[in-house]
Amino acid sequence: MRDALDLELASLTKRYGAAAAVDAVSHVFASGRYCCLLGPSGCGKSTTLRMIAGHETATSGDIVLGADNITHAPPAARGTAMMFQSYALFPHLSVWENVAFSLKMKGVEKNERRRRAMTLLEMVEIAPMAERRPAQLSGGQQQRVALARALITEPRVLLLDEPLSALDPFLRVRMRVELKRLQRELGVTFIHVTHGQDEAMALSDDIIVMNGGRIEQSGSPREVFDAPRTEFVARFMGGHNVLANGAGKIAVRADRTRLSRSGEGALSATVTGAEFQGTVVIVAMRAADGAELSATLSDAAFYADPFDPGATVTVGWDHADQHALAG
Amino acid sequence: MTLARLPSAVTGWLLATPLALVLGFFLVLPILMIVTVSFWTATEWSYGPDFNLENYVFLLTSPVTLQVYIKTFTYVLLSWFFCLTIGFTVAFFLAFHVRSLVWQVALFLLCTIPFWTSNIIRMISWIPFLGRNGLANSTLIELGLIDAPLEWLLFSDFAVVLAFVHLYTLFMVVPIFNTMMRIDRSLIEAARDAGASGFQILTNVIIPLTKPGIMIGSIFVVTLVMGDFITVRFMSGGNSASVGRVISNEIALLQYPAAAASAVVLLITVLIIIAAMLRAVDIRREL
Repeated sequence: MRDALDLELASLTKRYGAAAAVDAVSHVFASGRYCCLLGPSGCGKSTTLRMIAGHETATSGDIVLGADNITHAPPAARGTAMMFQSYALFPHLSVWENVAFSLKMKGVEKNERRRRAMTLLEMVEIAPMAERRPAQLSGGQQQRVALARALITEPRVLLLDEPLSALDPFLRVRMRVELKRLQRELGVTFIHVTHGQDEAMALSDDIIVMNGGRIEQSGSPREVFDAPRTEFVARFMGGHNVLANGAGKIAVRADRTRLSRSGEGALSATVTGAEFQGTVVIVAMRAADGAELSATLSDAAFYADPFDPGATVTVGWDHADQHALAG
Repeated sequence: MTLARLPSAVTGWLLATPLALVLGFFLVLPILMIVTVSFWTATEWSYGPDFNLENYVFLLTSPVTLQVYIKTFTYVLLSWFFCLTIGFTVAFFLAFHVRSLVWQVALFLLCTIPFWTSNIIRMISWIPFLGRNGLANSTLIELGLIDAPLEWLLFSDFAVVLAFVHLYTLFMVVPIFNTMMRIDRSLIEAARDAGASGFQILTNVIIPLTKPGIMIGSIFVVTLVMGDFITVRFMSGGNSASVGRVISNEIALLQYPAAAASAVVLLITVLIIIAAMLRAVDIRREL
């Protein structure tokens, strides 16, 4: 069912000369959900986000938020707010002045500006830093300020352009928990651009996988991971073996792939390496036709009967675990 | 013996010595000489070593000094204002409206073309344009806008300021353009995202972030105009006096002690102005 605040893209296209960066993308972002636009660099995900934000003009197609066609509206009149990749904090303003910037532009009186900025800063737990300059903050703190600055406009849709890419891996995991918590508390639609499939799976209610300016597949993380529709999705999401059979290509999850020394199974392969990951071991193999394969085995199963590099194995899986791929 | 075997304090002094010698010989020594000569005694036909304050007393009590300084400050303020307005506009256009780097470089080089000739030639080239029967007057008369030639176009304060602006606007363009090019473009998008209009972006984001460049350009223009004597002489036709011209006249009359005292006062004035400007804006991150 359609909600009054759904964001819909209808045949949204961006061309640079003859090349289409975003090619007739249509999608409905259900309101109040955490959505990730996922894809490799150059797939059109950032351009899509920037068109939604109004920082890039659409060549054709429409962007509709609720009942309003916002395709050509100025950025601040769309009900969207953007959090920039490098945060884009104003270096000459203090933290609270950064957060209150949009209020100042609207002519809100100073005490009121400060009061509302402080409320937001408390929400992102950075109120004690209100008087500092952005350069005096750590990356994670800067990100909270950027988040508060985007949220003070009370957007219906928050757009995040690779928000975690500037953070170190440890902080990245912590901040994504926090982003998820904020989204749940605020009930605002988040559209988050990322090239990390682990980040997308950890955060999203809906994943939209993009490639070459088009949407390859969209759905919940489980749907996309369990049943990739195309070879690209299977490979990009990782954890899948893509194999050719008579009818076309199929995908089998690496953790549903079984190895045996001989006997039943469709395929034989040579082990090229084994990677210990704690709870699991990932066995890398090369099939007779040269395809790279992998199998994720539990550490117990692997060490009970280890496969050494160079060993010939038979690869098998349950028929229910294979998915035919389109294209 | 290698440097590594010397104590680090000695190495430091040795490394600083060549530059210290150059600066000492070509900067500090001449200034010391000027300061020394400013205390010498002078009469109409002679001057010689002495220590008296007569030169300063005369200089600081003369009504001419005040007039000349007021005139000089007028030139400085007007030139600074027009250089800043034009320079900021040009830099803004180059940095934010010209999208391709090739065009930015090409237009920037175009700005520097006047610098391929000397200052004096560029000044003199205004004379046939601004003169009584010059291009400007004859065009205006032909268009029927004026009946008689405008006398104030040449050999006037107008001509002096015009020449200063023409000569020194580029000194404003370069540092401002340089600062503007360092402004992260996503800041402007962020401002627009927050609902700022074009004018609000200019006043709330671009101008505050361009301040160090504006200040460096202003220091160039202010010091150049404060110390100038040739432009004032040529373009005013000898009708106006600036501090630089006073010093140049005193030298021509071999009044070296008086010239030295004037130079010392001018130097102190300029240093005070620069100190005040640097207090207002921190330019260190630009250097």
